[in-house]
Amino acid sequence: MQEVVNKTTVEKRILAPRDSRKTIGTIHVSKPRMVCRNVNVYYGDKQAIRNVSIDIGCNEVLAMIGPSGCGKSTFLRCLNRMNDTIDSCWVTGEILFDDKNIYDPSIDVVPLRAQVGMVFQKPNPFPKSIYENIAWAPKIHGIVESKSDADEIVETSLLKAGLWEEVKDRLDQPGTGLSGGQQQRLCIARAIAVSPEVILMDEPCSALDPIATAKIEDLIEELKTQYTIAIVTHSMQQASRVSQRTAFFHLGDLIEVGMTKDIFTKPSHQLTEDYITGRYG
Amino acid sequence: MNKSTRKSAARSSSGRVKTIDIVNKGLKRRYGKEKRFRFYGLLSIIASAAFLAFLLTSIVSKGYSAFLQTYIKLDVPLEAGMLDKQNPGRSDFQGIIKEAIKDYYPGVTERQDKRELYSLFSSGAAFQLRDEVLNNPSREGSTISLWVLADDDVDMLMKGHIKREVPESQRRLSDKQLRWIERLEKDNRIEKRFNTTFFSAGDSREPELAGIWGAVKGSFYTMLVTLMLSFPIGIAAAVYLEEFAPKNLATDFIEVNINNLAAVPSIVFGLLGLAVFLNFFGMPRSTPLVGGIVLMLMTLPTIIIASRAALKAVPPSIREAALGVGSSKLQVVASHVLPLALPGMLTGTIIGMAQALGETAPLLMIGMVAFIVDIPGGFTDPSAVMPVQIYLWADSPERAFVERTSAAIMVLLAFLISMNAVAVVLRKRFERRW
Repeated sequence: MQEVVNKTTVEKRILAPRDSRKTIGTIHVSKPRMVCRNVNVYYGDKQAIRNVSIDIGCNEVLAMIGPSGCGKSTFLRCLNRMNDTIDSCWVTGEILFDDKNIYDPSIDVVPLRAQVGMVFQKPNPFPKSIYENIAWAPKIHGIVESKSDADEIVETSLLKAGLWEEVKDRLDQPGTGLSGGQQQRLCIARAIAVSPEVILMDEPCSALDPIATAKIEDLIEELKTQYTIAIVTHSMQQASRVSQRTAFFHLGDLIEVGMTKDIFTKPSHQLTEDYITGRYG
Repeated sequence: MNKSTRKSAARSSSGRVKTIDIVNKGLKRRYGKEKRFRFYGLLSIIASAAFLAFLLTSIVSKGYSAFLQTYIKLDVPLEAGMLDKQNPGRSDFQGIIKEAIKDYYPGVTERQDKRELYSLFSSGAAFQLRDEVLNNPSREGSTISLWVLADDDVDMLMKGHIKREVPESQRRLSDKQLRWIERLEKDNRIEKRFNTTFFSAGDSREPELAGIWGAVKGSFYTMLVTLMLSFPIGIAAAVYLEEFAPKNLATDFIEVNINNLAAVPSIVFGLLGLAVFLNFFGMPRSTPLVGGIVLMLMTLPTIIIASRAALKAVPPSIREAALGVGSSKLQVVASHVLPLALPGMLTGTIIGMAQALGETAPLLMIGMVAFIVDIPGGFTDPSAVMPVQIYLWADSPERAFVERTSAAIMVLLAFLISMNAVAVVLRKRFERRW
């Protein structure tokens, strides 16, 4: 009891305005797809992300781990500017995508989000048919013009998401009628239907059972050959299974980043070690 | 973990008071509370149901007789030469009717008596005859047997609202008139029939000629104007405020004012309509156009508030999902948010429309309280609306208008119920089945 109280007070002290802590490990990769430098995120006057710099490599899976409230989801949502929907949220620093800062005023979020897709924590299919769920985004972007184009995109997306066999006979049924795991794969299919280059996944398996989780993980394994994936997860096992690199966040700081096998076998930072061994978090 | 949990843990370990005993002790009180609460709820429902039942029975019992009307069978000899050759419609039908009445009662010769006799028949009888003659021009020379409208006093007597036992001085019909009516009854020449006039005519000073149709049509046109204006404007305003507008002082101010407007007494909107639409813009008074616009102003806040609530109720995950695949804000709203919010918006609109349908006060201000006999044919014809018609009839001294008032209320209620039924059907239609 006494210990917990002390820990909270310690954390409060850390949350007070301070400089960011230094990141351990190499933030650079040889072939970066997105480059983040000195990213700070504020909600009103509260700082959620401090001075985070990291590269996301081409066709790699980057896992972001850390205790609740460490800012990993916030950081992920910066990468396709989903934080724009929150009024009090503002971002400094730069996130380069195709050598352009996505927070530059000249950047339009619509094409950005078409290239940097997102899969959310809770499966959120549209309350429409399975077909419409997939075909809607290509339609609004004008990627498909004819019915046959749309059919093709629906089929390939569902095939890639490993859902085609299960739903091919009931494409006109509501997407919300599927099971949780199927819904999440439908959401992934929806995201890849517009052929993005990066897919952001915000704890995609936290609402799913182990079997559905295993399917999603297999899917990530396949998708990484074509897409760059950044995944936030609470499951250390998942991070170690699916990712090449892992970034550990703590209270808004990027504490450590490195190859997944290194992070999980010989972490350099004490906090990282505490977290992955389950002593903290 | 705090002191109290620690204390209870200590107690249970010492064995003095077990937690389950405390729970069991409080159980009876808890259930008692629940029982009482349920009872109060049931009581209030029964009370409101009783009031409603009382109201409905009172209206129906007063009003149902208005759906019947007393008719008198009259044999009208149409002798050659009685009709105007050039313009048969301009013939003296009043005179022909009087002749027919005189034929039936040959004994009545005194002038005073004749006047009393003629007053048993509605002044509408002449119009009935004219319609009959114009529809069948070949009837000249023969005797037409025609069921003509009885005067409202006769109607009231037949419906039992005028008692024969009352002394003559306190009765609207004299003893002589009663005797003439008795003769009609004996000859089976007087009977109550379905009151088509009530459903096909406009207002009239004569109760037997007065109908609700003019007011129904007036209400219909007015509601059409209100709906056409307030639905798109209200929904556009709600969508803009909820989905697009920045959250700042200006939008806060607008929001507060919309909420205030919903609480403004409706007569104020009438005054505004009088000042702006009639006096400044010079729009025609007493018309559904102006009435509809005034009611639109009154309905807008209701629709906007309900629509915003419906938009707020759409889960944010849907918006995020749509934004996440790179759709613009308008595409999110048009394809996903609006369809989900539509049932709620429709409900709000129907509530607003139902309010507007029953509204009287603002319409008085723009002249819709005028006595209008003609049935409106369009949006710019002077017309009455149902609640105003009810108000006017409730104000009339004739006994026969009492039942017509109740009957008009029944028609208004029927309108409201059918509007709500349409709303329910639409809502079911648009509601996502998943």
